[in-house]
Amino acid sequence: MFVCAAAMVLVGAVGVIVRNHPVHAALSLVLTLFGVAVLFVAQGAHFLAAVQVIVYAGAIVVLFLFVIMLLGVDNAEDLQLEPISVQRPLATIVGAGTLALLVTAVTQGTDAVRSGSGAGLDDATVTGDPDSNIRQIGRDLFSNHVFAFELVSVLLVIAVVGTVLLSRRPDKLDASSEAAK
Amino acid sequence: MTAAIEPTATWYLILAALLFCIGMVGVMVRRNPLVMFMCVELMLNAVNLSFVAFAKELGDVRGQTIVFFVLVVAAAEVVVGLGIIVAILRRKPQATADDLAELKG
Repeated sequence: MFVCAAAMVLVGAVGVIVRNHPVHAALSLVLTLFGVAVLFVAQGAHFLAAVQVIVYAGAIVVLFLFVIMLLGVDNAEDLQLEPISVQRPLATIVGAGTLALLVTAVTQGTDAVRSGSGAGLDDATVTGDPDSNIRQIGRDLFSNHVFAFELVSVLLVIAVVGTVLLSRRPDKLDASSEAAK
Repeated sequence: MTAAIEPTATWYLILAALLFCIGMVGVMVRRNPLVMFMCVELMLNAVNLSFVAFAKELGDVRGQTIVFFVLVVAAAEVVVGLGIIVAILRRKPQATADDLAELKG
């Protein structure tokens, strides 16, 4: 299961950056997001897997597709065209270097992580309660992180209002000033 | 399903590192602002994956709580970012990241 989901994630991720059509890139992104959701389930994070599918695959990718269709930028980008010739090899080198650094940190730093030092995750197969994961997250969210939770809700409202302001057409103002002339 | 080898947290972390680097290379290589944005989403997902792996490894539910916050902030970020991209592309159709150089000194 891990290998299948990991293959999904990586194929989707590579698809996002090599597909020259934005719609294909968005659909590759869906593949990656579903793979990540499968990996969440494999690690017992059932609630986050559901939220991942609903919020990412359901809302964010749809938003991307809406913007692609709305703006009509759905024409293929020529990937052969390369305005800055040194950029692509440099990006590959930087990416490979970061990957090497991260993999080294992960493999060398295993002693730094004391396994099972926390309070323990409620496993549905152990507790016999299918909602145990959701219950544990909810309890943690509304007891230890309730202030952050409220702040995040304020952030969402600000984002929505700001986007409405941003995407409002400025035509009305121009039209009234044109009419005044 | 009989899993022959149980994947350890290290596997998940290395997968997350791979996903993060693919997203990073994508941000640096691609020129379409929308696709660059999708690559940022890939990087966010890599971080979420490593948070969940650590939550499992340490037996601490706070890792999953943080992923919840990251998801919400990512949603807000996408909403605002796409609003900005719509505003830019409405003024300059077919603009790439290279065309946005008004602030260049």
